Amino acid sequence: MVKPGRRVITGTHYGLRDWLAQRVTAVVMAVYILWLVATMLASPPQDHAALKAIFSNQWIRIGSLLFLVSLFWHSWIGMRNILMDYVHDTGVRLTLQVLVILSLLVYTVWSVEILWNL
Amino acid sequence: MNFSIYRFDPDKDEKPYMKDYDIELEPTDRMLLDALERIKILDDSLSLRRSCREGVCGSDGMNINGRNGLACTTPLPGLKEPVEVRPLPGLPVIRDLIVDMTQFFRQYHSIKPYLINNDPPPETERLQSPEERAQLDGLYECILCACCSTACPSFWWNPDKFVGPAGLLQAYRFLADSRDQATPERLDYLEDPYRLFRCHTIMNCADVCPKDLNPASAIESIKDMMVKRTV
Repeated sequence: MVKPGRRVITGTHYGLRDWLAQRVTAVVMAVYILWLVATMLASPPQDHAALKAIFSNQWIRIGSLLFLVSLFWHSWIGMRNILMDYVHDTGVRLTLQVLVILSLLVYTVWSVEILWNL
Repeated sequence: MNFSIYRFDPDKDEKPYMKDYDIELEPTDRMLLDALERIKILDDSLSLRRSCREGVCGSDGMNINGRNGLACTTPLPGLKEPVEVRPLPGLPVIRDLIVDMTQFFRQYHSIKPYLINNDPPPETERLQSPEERAQLDGLYECILCACCSTACPSFWWNPDKFVGPAGLLQAYRFLADSRDQATPERLDYLEDPYRLFRCHTIMNCADVCPKDLNPASAIESIKDMMVKRTV
């Protein structure tokens, strides 16, 4: 319910790009997951060394990074949607949004580190 | 037949409560509204809105056994007893089954629900081809009963910012109208993370619409138009 007398301000003219990005990243993730499942079923790696060997291919690393970046981008839009839906205090919402962005940036750097064995 | 009806009179009651009624129906009582009118004969303090009693005016939208619908088009046979009747969810209750629709109509007005055409009016009328006219089918029939918007969680959380399914269906009704000249302005207004993009396509709106309209599909069409003009 809305408190009377509160002035409501909307109209920032964005949203389409994010909505579209969420759809595109979803397709990227779906393709990657299908590829991953197919690869693992076709020749299941017998030990950790075999698994590492698969991910030593530069293209597979790039593909995996593309998947992870899509996942993080997708999550950012989804998390922001959840916060916009349920967190109505602007200050709290902004703080939480910044925390989500920072976490996802850390995850991105971490993903690169894991994939390239840095 | 057994009914459990939401009662609240702000002058007398501290809190809303459910009141049980057990009534004898007449053979002519076919719809839920007939039963509510019969209850009102026994207990005239029960308040509800109704007018045309045939699903045209959209006054008697209410929550029936957990599902929004029009009392006048909901057949009594098939309703699980006791029939729980509550006001439309998410809007402030004025009394019993009557809700304050101000927020709903404010969103409806925000999308400029009228034809915008700056050409001088022709002598007779603004003509449309049958195909152009067919674009409005499934859109113009909306009776603004608010069943869809008040079934939408996004409207519950942000009724002041999200236009809601009913408003967006009407927004598309004018976007789809070949006689309307304000398409860019209408799309500009709607392109907003709150006004349009609070819709997460859970489709409660299409599920409950007593006129079998599909606001979710209209919302998809608005997004399509935005993609076409952007990409």
